[in-house]
Amino acid sequence: MAHLEKNHFFFVVFRKIITTFVAQTFITRNSEVIPMLKLIRRILAVIFWLGITLLFLDFTGTMQPILGWMAKLQFLPSVLALNGISIAIVLVLTLVLGRIYCSVVCPLGVLQDFFAWIGNLRIFRKNKKAKFANRYSYSKEKRGLRLTVLVLFFIMLVAGFNAGMVLLAPYSSYGRIVSSFIQPLYIGINNLLAQWSEASDNYLFYQVEQHDKPLILWVIAGATALILFVLAFLHGRTYCNTICPVGTVLGYLAKFSRLKMQVDEDKCIQCGLCEKNCKAACIKVEKGQPVLFDYTRCVTCGNCETVCSKGALRLSPVRKQSNQNNQSNQNTSNNPTTPKEGDLSRRSFLAITGTAIAAATLEAQEKTTDGGLAVIEDKKIPQRKTPLTPPGSLSAANLQQHCTACQLCIANCPNGVLRPSTDMAHLLQPAMEYDKGFCRPECTRCADVCPAGAIRPITVEEKTAIQIGHAVWIKENCLPASQGQKCGSCAAHCPAEAIQMVPIDKSIKQNPDDGEWYDGDGNKLDWRAVNDLLRIPVVDTEKCIGCGKCEYLCPARPFSAIYVEGHETHREI
Amino acid sequence: MKDINRRDFLKIAGAATATATLVACGNKAGNELGDLDPAGHHTGPIPTDKMTYRTNPNTGDKVSILGYGMMRLPNKPVAPTNDPSAPTPEEIDQEQVNKLVKFALDHGVNYFDTSPAYCQGHSEESTGIALKASGYDRSKFHIATKLSNFAPQQQTYEEGVKMFQNSLKFLQTDYIDYLLLHAVGGGGIENLNRRFIDNGVLDYLLEQREKGAIRNLGFSFHGDVEVFDHLLANHDKYHWDFVQIQMNYVDWKLANETNPSNVDGEYLYGELEKRGIPAVIMEPLLGGRLSKMPDHIVATLKQQRPEDSVASWAFRYVGTKPNVLTALSGMTYMEHLEDNLRTYSPLEPLSEEEQEWLENEIANLYVSYPTIPCNDCKYCMPCPYGLDIPAIFVHYNKCVNKGNVPENQQAENYREARRAFLVGYDRAVPKLRQASHCISCGKCVPHCPQNIRIPMELHRIDDFVEKLKQGTL
Repeated sequence: MAHLEKNHFFFVVFRKIITTFVAQTFITRNSEVIPMLKLIRRILAVIFWLGITLLFLDFTGTMQPILGWMAKLQFLPSVLALNGISIAIVLVLTLVLGRIYCSVVCPLGVLQDFFAWIGNLRIFRKNKKAKFANRYSYSKEKRGLRLTVLVLFFIMLVAGFNAGMVLLAPYSSYGRIVSSFIQPLYIGINNLLAQWSEASDNYLFYQVEQHDKPLILWVIAGATALILFVLAFLHGRTYCNTICPVGTVLGYLAKFSRLKMQVDEDKCIQCGLCEKNCKAACIKVEKGQPVLFDYTRCVTCGNCETVCSKGALRLSPVRKQSNQNNQSNQNTSNNPTTPKEGDLSRRSFLAITGTAIAAATLEAQEKTTDGGLAVIEDKKIPQRKTPLTPPGSLSAANLQQHCTACQLCIANCPNGVLRPSTDMAHLLQPAMEYDKGFCRPECTRCADVCPAGAIRPITVEEKTAIQIGHAVWIKENCLPASQGQKCGSCAAHCPAEAIQMVPIDKSIKQNPDDGEWYDGDGNKLDWRAVNDLLRIPVVDTEKCIGCGKCEYLCPARPFSAIYVEGHETHREI
Repeated sequence: MKDINRRDFLKIAGAATATATLVACGNKAGNELGDLDPAGHHTGPIPTDKMTYRTNPNTGDKVSILGYGMMRLPNKPVAPTNDPSAPTPEEIDQEQVNKLVKFALDHGVNYFDTSPAYCQGHSEESTGIALKASGYDRSKFHIATKLSNFAPQQQTYEEGVKMFQNSLKFLQTDYIDYLLLHAVGGGGIENLNRRFIDNGVLDYLLEQREKGAIRNLGFSFHGDVEVFDHLLANHDKYHWDFVQIQMNYVDWKLANETNPSNVDGEYLYGELEKRGIPAVIMEPLLGGRLSKMPDHIVATLKQQRPEDSVASWAFRYVGTKPNVLTALSGMTYMEHLEDNLRTYSPLEPLSEEEQEWLENEIANLYVSYPTIPCNDCKYCMPCPYGLDIPAIFVHYNKCVNKGNVPENQQAENYREARRAFLVGYDRAVPKLRQASHCISCGKCVPHCPQNIRIPMELHRIDDFVEKLKQGTL
């Protein structure tokens, strides 16, 4: 963006809009200028923060159409998704206003501002009488660390080392914190309301199941939250200015921003209030020297403007002489180069049947008394050679490359299918399992919400034709084959009509001409005999889309007699 | 099962209004404002000495017209186990049972009907405890229980004897006033022979009657009318002291409508009356369904007698038939008991017109709603695959009656109805026990006294649920 000509039409229009906006960031009353940047920034930040948080909490799917764009605007996911519009908006915003993105759009940034605000509360201040907290001071930029982290991040991204990559993704860190700590609370409150709703016989609220989350998610989300709290509480934006790869990229871009926080040297009395209240530690006030800003770290928060008693600080267009690096042709577009194939073959190909053989112990007993409910054993998850990925994710590799493990799809999955993976190669990325439900045909929730292009948007119609895997039959678990109990649940429920029930007795054949059944000796079977035939399911893998309805509804427990094996690359059928 | 479409529905609504007007005209005398509840009949204390009694022609027993069915005893949760997948365990709330039984006895009820199969096999024991605890002398009440040998392993002579002896033990008595061959008719004559004739169990029971351990011997009938006719044809041989039949104003003429294999009450009752065999009535409320009626019918009935319960019509209907010895009601809650006691203390018989009105207009109106004829008796339970069959049907029927089973997306209340159906479904039945988990094993089918084709109905409901969820209705 930096190479755009200054008289480029788009740039001119955008500058016009932004300067109008900035012109209103202060108001004048009785010839006194009252800065408004901080207030506007705070209002917008709270709106974004609440919006994104609500997007993570909402399990009804009603928020996505209203607030979904807030997630799609997140920088790293939109880069991964090659979402040109979002990337352009963020880049242009940064080139005009500096890192306002970090102050408003990034929910993790806003969360840190909140932590810092707590740290600035009067009770934590040394001098309780002072008007401002005055607890920060300038620190030198840790450029080496920043660039090292950024380079490492790129390497991990390209090499497909997701565990490292997702840990550094700022928006995703926030998503993990919300879905680990806030969503269970939100669902708990909802479920209390649902109890009330049920008691008063209305349908306003309904019970939602709390799904177990893996320990590693709790640990990662908890550690992130704790580290950020300590850092932000004590030092403000340390994380954003030393670790965060998005912060580093946008920071170096912000050096070229059109508008910058600048000091009117004529008004400045070098009191140092701005430095002491800069949570980014990027203002350096030295006696006799001009006030220095490190614009790679300034997040355009407006706090300095507010504390300055002389009105010496103002977000204003850059004066010519300070604009030395304008011709720098720094390539900031960080389109990911094609990462090499994820090493999916690493996974040991354990024999499925080994784990699945634990035979279904379900046996229908003759009942002698009336009433009561049979105990239902929980389903156990079969070991899939290839993990399942949601329709829209194109392939396991695509999901792995693009997903930043923000948990948004998992938090939004209404069927209990998606859950965070604990596998290192896909750490905390969504994994599909069918023990709690199946991938319902009318649902495209995960594809709707994904901001990273890991799960691409699909329609309900497209979903019916996307093959993410195919069903596999395990004879040892199947009721007709192992217990002589007639069944057919899988075939009856298959939405793709990919499962047929065929007689277990190989000699019995159906004549395609008259549709009648004949035994091995050529005798026609009457309807009663046909009805009594013990049948087993056969899967037409060409038709099967891998939705898992058969696996979920299979009466064999704990291991289903039919389960879905994933496809590395999805196909259209 | 009839499907109801919108036009039919409008017709029904129209008919309801029309009949209401009709009866209101013909029935004017009873509805003068001054006549309503002159003696606090609906609000005052329930009389203890006004119960209507019928005389058993064989023994001269005075039997209260209200019989207490011990099949739907109140439950209470017990301490949950550590296994979260297990259903919340419940047990009979004995304290409450004692209270209900004592209250019933105090108000003149003297017939208690149980079975070794009821309440997961705990009903007899609970009934025995409650009767003992009431302090009433054994001669003051009648106990009815059954030989409930449904499972093949129970169908031997030894098991039959054991079952009867266990009944005596659990009921803490040395004689049974009314003993029934439980639910004959299902499975035809073949099954009857297997359960009672070939193994000599019936001979044993006849013997016990001779000895006085059984005071009255009879059978309860569901299903194949051939069996009913066969047993009555052998009346001279067995000398049935009573017969228990399903009867209510819907089943009187329209038993076929609620269920293709049910026999009209009119026929069953007529055959018994002809032979002078007293009839014990089960399902006077169609398993409670005649008290949980669609709004239109509630309004129509209430308009006639605003202060009488909907259920009272059904009880008065069966009580009005003179050959009825007692009408059984499975009263789980004190409110049920109180309401029935008011209805029968004393019974105010229905007029000819009122009986016809119920048998024809109201019954026709009722069967035009596509409810499933499930009485929530739980005979089908436990389903080996964990389904809660009666809860699914009860929820479905509730939605039919409330108009929450939309025919298609154009239905006026589609959105609200869809939400009510789906949210209510998850509330009424845990996901793992819903209709989608039925594998059509058919184990439940022979147990259903209403001969509901349970797997078929479950699949129909599941299809409906899928259509609601997918928005393809």
